[in-house]
Amino acid sequence: MNQGIDVPQIQRFGALYIASARLKSMSKWRTIIAAVDIGNPLFYLIAVGIGIGVLVEQGSGTSGTNGIKYIAFIAPALLANTAITGIMDETVFPTIEGFKWRKLFFAQNSTPITGRQIAIGVYLAALVRALFAVTVYYLLLLAFDVVNFGISFLLMPIAVLGGGAFGALMLFAAAKIEKEDQFFNILGRLVIMPMFLFSGTFFPLSSMPIYLQPIGWISPLWHATELGREAAFDYGISTTMVVVHLTFLITLLVVGLTLATRQFERRLAK
Amino acid sequence: MSNPLISVRGLTKVFGDFTAVNGIDFDVAKGESFGLLGPNGAGKSTTMRILAATSTRTSGTVEILGKDPEQFGPLVRAHLGVVPQQDNLDGELTVSENLYIYGRYFGLSKKFIKNKIEELLYIYGRYFGLSKKFIKNKIEELLEFAQLEEKRDVKVEALSGGMKRRLTIARGLVSEPDILLLDEPTTGLDPQARHILWDRLFRLKEQGVTLVLTTHFMDEAEQLCDRLVVMDNGSIMAEGSPAGLIKQYSSKEVLEVRFGSDRNKEVAPQLSTMCERMETLPDRVLMYTEDGEALLEQIMQAKLHPTTSLVRRSSLEDVFLRLTGRTLIE
Repeated sequence: MNQGIDVPQIQRFGALYIASARLKSMSKWRTIIAAVDIGNPLFYLIAVGIGIGVLVEQGSGTSGTNGIKYIAFIAPALLANTAITGIMDETVFPTIEGFKWRKLFFAQNSTPITGRQIAIGVYLAALVRALFAVTVYYLLLLAFDVVNFGISFLLMPIAVLGGGAFGALMLFAAAKIEKEDQFFNILGRLVIMPMFLFSGTFFPLSSMPIYLQPIGWISPLWHATELGREAAFDYGISTTMVVVHLTFLITLLVVGLTLATRQFERRLAK
Repeated sequence: MSNPLISVRGLTKVFGDFTAVNGIDFDVAKGESFGLLGPNGAGKSTTMRILAATSTRTSGTVEILGKDPEQFGPLVRAHLGVVPQQDNLDGELTVSENLYIYGRYFGLSKKFIKNKIEELLYIYGRYFGLSKKFIKNKIEELLEFAQLEEKRDVKVEALSGGMKRRLTIARGLVSEPDILLLDEPTTGLDPQARHILWDRLFRLKEQGVTLVLTTHFMDEAEQLCDRLVVMDNGSIMAEGSPAGLIKQYSSKEVLEVRFGSDRNKEVAPQLSTMCERMETLPDRVLMYTEDGEALLEQIMQAKLHPTTSLVRRSSLEDVFLRLTGRTLIE
């Protein structure tokens, strides 16, 4: 064996090697990623802040949103949603590519790297991407004077936690599915869209009929949004509910990652 | 075999109700070049993935360098170079980035990989079809070497199919493996590129690298393998050296005659009395004999006048036909 080969090193840090390879691949798309991560919040802040927000406040003031400006009310949701879509892009596509399109994972797994490390590496790189997108968004929120600098910086880790919880499930789903066409259709139309609309994003969840509220309860977006509002504006959520939101997101993340790492190992060992 | 590098006993792999590999046994000695020959679907690739310490087995035992690959995956894989049937390169990265990242997965130092890439790009350059000119014309070689320098920073997705194949093989060598596993290494390559690759594999063998390869090309098996097993439907049909197998299962020479597709069957009964053994294929008749020319003479005297005739030495193709009643490439 080549004397330079260091198996213990790989057993400890293998996931980081995978993450760094993923970030290297992502960096080839840096112009597009930057354009999306800057353009997307800009469009929302302009459209909602200047357009819809003014209309809402002319209609009912800020009575429906606990006295918060409309744009500020939806900002934590937009931020969490940015983390969710960012992580989704960087888990779903690389995973399907790794198993099916280019079969990169099989190449990685023919080295001392394990399936578990590949799963975690892909996930970590996705978190980095989300952190980048969320940081850009947060800076724009400051620039547009939507939030005040200070404790509101907690919006960033909260959004990444929300994205991470959803992303862990997506990592598992992408490793599980065999036919990606149907998966993309279902994911886009029946998961992402309803989650974005019915998670208390544009209006408080409690203003929806009770039979629609469960969509929010199981949605990582709603839990992250509520936490974000509390952090940014002292929204008036009880400590119990803060614990509930955090527990829900962390549980989802741990369960998702456990399922995902197991599924990666299984599929590679076929 | 004392102290085999690879030892396989009763290896079985079942997918649902399909048995891909059905209780096979073999050993591979250090420094040996060992082949798995068989048609598509014989179970070769499944066996290779198990040897590569990635795929799990249904039953049987496997030892690679004395270790069970299922229990010690990373440790076993540290000794292996793997060239899969389908190239799995990162198309978004360049040639040298692909080699670099792969080397890092073995925990190799940046400096080591950098030097190794220089060496591999040189090999890789030779894979571009340069070797003959290398000998003939030094200037020509240097020019083409420069062309390779251009390729190192080219994105992999811009390479041709043959180039990608050669890069996948180069990548398998980054870690200087003890055992190189090659699944159909030359499928899809042009004849010149195949010969260059064979030359390269010979050199590796000379350096003491153990080679295990699958192929459905009999000439490749004859050229590269010290020893091989013939596989069909997940089972081993025969084992031996290429020459030994040919001696055991076929005659010295083969006379191939064609009478046109309708007449082949018609004359078959008459022909069969003239030789030791005969195979009637849709397009031609294979007649096994010690002296092909003499047999052809005999056919001519019988006024059977084939439209074409060819005398050749027996090959592994004939061994396979004898063992399974089918041709390797259908």
